[in-house]
Amino acid sequence: MSAGSPEAGVIHDIGYRHYRGVRLGRWPIVRALFVDSLRGAFGLGRSAKSKIAPLVLLALMTIPALVAGIVVNVSGGTEPPFPLATYPSFVYPLLILYVGGQAPAGVSRDLRFRVTTLYFSRPLGRTDYVAAKLAALTTAVALVMLIPLVVLTGGLLLSDVPAGDVLIGGAQSLLAIALLAPMLAGIALAIASVTPRRGLGVAAVVAVLIIGWAVQGAVQGIVASQGREDLAWWSQLISPGTIVDGLIARLFDLEPASGTQPTGAAVILWGVAVAVVIAGAIGALTLRYRRVSVT
Amino acid sequence: MALISTDRLTMRFGPTTALDALTVSVEPGVIGLVGANGAGKSTLIKVLLGLLPATEGTAQVLGLDAAGDSEAIRQQVGYMPEHDCLPADTTATEFVVHMARMSGLPMTAARERTADVLRHVGLYEERYRAVGGYSTGMRQRVKLAQALVHDPDLVLLDEPTNGLDPAGRDEMLGLIRKVGTDFGISVLVTSHLLGELERICDHVVVIEGGRLLRSSSTADVTAVSGVLLVEVDDRADALASALAQVGVAARLSGRMLEVALSGEQTYDAIRDATANLGLGLVRMERRRHRMVELFEQPVTSRHAQGGRQ
Repeated sequence: MSAGSPEAGVIHDIGYRHYRGVRLGRWPIVRALFVDSLRGAFGLGRSAKSKIAPLVLLALMTIPALVAGIVVNVSGGTEPPFPLATYPSFVYPLLILYVGGQAPAGVSRDLRFRVTTLYFSRPLGRTDYVAAKLAALTTAVALVMLIPLVVLTGGLLLSDVPAGDVLIGGAQSLLAIALLAPMLAGIALAIASVTPRRGLGVAAVVAVLIIGWAVQGAVQGIVASQGREDLAWWSQLISPGTIVDGLIARLFDLEPASGTQPTGAAVILWGVAVAVVIAGAIGALTLRYRRVSVT
Repeated sequence: MALISTDRLTMRFGPTTALDALTVSVEPGVIGLVGANGAGKSTLIKVLLGLLPATEGTAQVLGLDAAGDSEAIRQQVGYMPEHDCLPADTTATEFVVHMARMSGLPMTAARERTADVLRHVGLYEERYRAVGGYSTGMRQRVKLAQALVHDPDLVLLDEPTNGLDPAGRDEMLGLIRKVGTDFGISVLVTSHLLGELERICDHVVVIEGGRLLRSSSTADVTAVSGVLLVEVDDRADALASALAQVGVAARLSGRMLEVALSGEQTYDAIRDATANLGLGLVRMERRRHRMVELFEQPVTSRHAQGGRQ
C-alpha cells in the first residue's frame, strides 16, 4: 500500500447503505439476460479471445456478398447473380460453425460453472431462462445472416438491377432468415444444453448439423445420378438449411440452392418440418432445464 | 413477524427423507442452522427459496408462502450456494453487476451496488481480475457479494466457511456477523460446526436426519451454569479427593477441576482445601455452557436407546 492509503481507507469507510431504488420485475430481468446473451454471442462483454470466432465468421459471410455486389456494379448486369433469399444456403457451413461456437458459449458455461443455481434462485424462472437464451441466439444467427444480405442488397440497389426486384428479393430473404434462425439456434442450444463441457458441445452441434448437410448433399446427388431428378428434392427434408431453401424457393418460385423446388402439395411437409424442428427444440430445452438440478 | 417458519415440512426424494415433519420458527437476526452432512440443511434452504416443492407441510419466509409466492421471496432474499458457482472467465465486477441485473436492479444501480458490496466483502483491486485466478477465500467473498448485491432482507448462506483455512474462516464469520448487525440484513447460515456458529449467531437451530433437534437463542444456551471451574498449579486430583471428603462433588477435567456450585460455602470449601494442601489457586470461574454439550447429550442418549427411529 502506498503512503496515501490511510486517507483512502477513511474515504472508503462509509458504512453500509441500503438500496431504496426501483426493483424491476420479471420481464425486464428476462430482457436483461437476453441482451447480455446476445452481446455474448458476438463476444461483447467477454474476453478478447471469444470475439475472434464470431467476427471472423461474420466477415467470411459478408465478403462474398460484398464481392457479388461489386461484380454486378462493374459488369453492369441487370439481374441479381442469384435469388437473394438463397444467400443463407451459400454460407450455410459458416452458419453451422457460428451456432456451433456460440450455442455452447451461451449455455454450457452456465452449466459448467453452475451459474444456473444463481439464476434460478432469483425472480427469473426456468422457462424465462430458456426463452432468453433461445431468443438471444436466434437474434444473433439472424443478424449474422442479415448483415451480409444488407450489404448485398445495398450493392444491388446501386447497380442497374431494378430496385423493385432487389427489394422483393430482400423481403423474401427476410422470411428465409426468420425461419432458419430459430431452427438453427434451437437445434444448437438443445444439443449444447446437454453437456457442461464447451468443447464437446461445439463438436456435437457442428457434427450434427454438418452431417445433416453432407448427407443431404450426398442423397440428392445419388438420387439425381440414378436419373430420378424428379425425386431428388425430397432429400431437402434432411437438413434445416435445405428445408428453408426448398420452402422459400417454392413459395416465391425461385431457383433453390439445393436442386429443384419441391412440387405439388408436398411442400406442406416443408412447412410442417420447420414447425416441428422449432417446436421440438423448444420442448427439448424446456424439458432439459426442468431437470437441471440446483444442488 | 417470524423470519422463517415451517410447519410439518417434509421433503422426500424417492425412498430418502431429507426433511421429516420439521416445525420450527425463528425471528429476524443471525440464525445458525446446524447439522451433520446430509441432515437436510441445503434441502431446507432450497425449499425456502421455492426451488424444490415440499412433499408435505408448509414453509413461510418473510411472511410469504414458499410454495405460492416463491417469486416474491426470491426478490427479497439472497442465496449463496455451498458449491462453486462463478464463471472463471469474468471479473468479479462484471459478474456481480450481471447478477444484480438478474435481481432486477437497473444498470446504474447495479454498478453502484456492486462497487459498494465488493468493498464491504473485502475485494479491492482483485475485482478487475478474472475470477478463475481467485483463491477459495476470494471466491467465497464474491459468492457472498452476489447474494447481497440487491440489498435483500434475508440472505441464505450455505456452508460459507467450507474450504477456508482457520484465518479465512474467522474473517468470513466476522463478515457474516457484520451483515447481520451493521447491514441489518437477517442471515440464515448453515454449518456442520456448531462451535463456529455459536460465536456469531443470535439463534441456533439444530437439525438431524431432517428432524428438529433443538432451536434456542444463543444467549439462553450459553448462560452461566452451576459449575465452577477451578485451576490449581499442581495436584488437582488431590484437591478433588479433599473436596470429596468435605462433601463437595468435584470432577477432574484435564488440568481443571469441575466443581458443582451449591452456594457461597462451595467457594470457602475450595479455598480451605487448596490452602490445606499448600496448592496455588490459579483461577476460579463460573463456567458458561457451550452449545456443543447441549446437543451432544441428546444425541448420545438417543444412541443409547438404540439409535435413530
